[in-house]
Amino acid sequence: MDKRPFFSHLQCRECGRRYPKEAIHVCEFDFGPLEAAYDYDAIRDTLTRDKIQSRGRSMWRYRELLPIEKEATVGLQVGFTPLIPARRLAEKLGVKELYIKNDTVNYPTLSFKDRVVSVALSRAKELGIDTVACASTGNLANSVAANAAAAGLKSYVLIPADLEPSKILGSLIFGTNVIGIQGAYDQVNRLCSEVAGKFGWGFVNVNLRPYYAEGSKTLGFEIAEQLGWRLPRHTVVPMASGSLLTKVHKAYTEFSKIGLVDSSEFSIYGAQASGCSPISTAIKGNTEVVKPVQKPQTIAKSLSIGTPADGYYAIRTMKQTGGTAEDCTDEEIIEGIKLLAENEGIFAETAGGVTVACAKKLIESGRIPKNESIVLCITGHGLKTQEAISDKVGQPKLIRPNLKEFEALLEPQAQAL
Amino acid sequence: MSIPVRIPTPLRKLTSDQEVVDAEGSTVREVINSLEKTYPGLKERIYDEQDKVRRFVNVFVNDEDIRFLNESETAVKTGDEISIVPAIAGG
Repeated sequence: MDKRPFFSHLQCRECGRRYPKEAIHVCEFDFGPLEAAYDYDAIRDTLTRDKIQSRGRSMWRYRELLPIEKEATVGLQVGFTPLIPARRLAEKLGVKELYIKNDTVNYPTLSFKDRVVSVALSRAKELGIDTVACASTGNLANSVAANAAAAGLKSYVLIPADLEPSKILGSLIFGTNVIGIQGAYDQVNRLCSEVAGKFGWGFVNVNLRPYYAEGSKTLGFEIAEQLGWRLPRHTVVPMASGSLLTKVHKAYTEFSKIGLVDSSEFSIYGAQASGCSPISTAIKGNTEVVKPVQKPQTIAKSLSIGTPADGYYAIRTMKQTGGTAEDCTDEEIIEGIKLLAENEGIFAETAGGVTVACAKKLIESGRIPKNESIVLCITGHGLKTQEAISDKVGQPKLIRPNLKEFEALLEPQAQAL
Repeated sequence: MSIPVRIPTPLRKLTSDQEVVDAEGSTVREVINSLEKTYPGLKERIYDEQDKVRRFVNVFVNDEDIRFLNESETAVKTGDEISIVPAIAGG
């Protein structure tokens, strides 16, 4: 390991003031978000494609670009999920080169949140924190609960009380303290903001947010490496707070900056559900002012953040890269889930349906050209939101166990052939 | 009338580490202006040069974001509580 620290300090994204690498997340002067800053010269001198490829197949193969000081201690197997060439879906959408970044099979809790949590908890341990917590729409709670259990940390997860039962169960099983708040996510988040720091806990997406958020970059690093060390021309990302979108952009930019990929033009697009689309609405209205959504109403509960923390930065990122945002109805979300499942064999949660549906609209309207490379980021598994589609996928055909009934069942199909 | 105001961690250096401070006023703006007299420097952390609430600050009256009410002109009365909360969190 190189002696120079790669992760140098925290820095306010608004005013540039520097802060020590502690459990803090906003600037004392303008409340701007603090972001991890690195010594890119030092990283460029040491991190090569060969070095990365010689390491284990996890997100930690990019550890120089992650905000921890020692070796990672939590979530060592997380990441390096498949990048699938989606030929059948490409044909359906009429595009030439389409890939699915499949984080439905991320380890251990089947969503991209394992990436951010493993960074946040590794850093929490470095800072001597023994209790971790989060405000969550479900996936993050599952991941904090699981990774904290494996790391021997105490945990509290705060969620809106009306989440999908499978997401609640998917936290309870790990022996965490699940606290259901009678309110929307934004109210959960506000409560967490007010209590963060009060008990000496590490709230992964509040006072540990600068560390947590950086974990999302690994999704972008992996896409670039798995494409053969190049950047995709178009990337479609689901948006809740907008953080993932900004970090995929940061990942592509960092890889170019340290010479791991050739600099090339790329555009990033954001996908939301129409029932909670504050960022997409701002983009369509050509403003950077994100109007909060007071009562989100969509089956895509994992994206139901009415006051997106990174909305402003997501808008700037999309505009700067020549991308844009789109949103879709609940019906379109279900169609999107089916389109992905029936053509690629991937069962995505509602947020994945949002990404596919919005990508379809962007392609059909010509905003994403059909002859250039496209990556769709599918960030969570469908088994986690079965309730949303349980009455939309039909029923099994029931027969008694005899050949006659089986043949009778197949007959109409046989005739059709 | 006196309104309790919850101060977020990043601003407590200005309030001698007090979590809740009392201030006078009948609108959010008046309360913040009166806070500024007792704790100089506080207002510019909350309002920008155009006298608008900063992008990354959320102000609540009881449980409601003032963006859903009457912004800084939102009326407050005895029994209400104002909370200043950093906007950057979650997701």
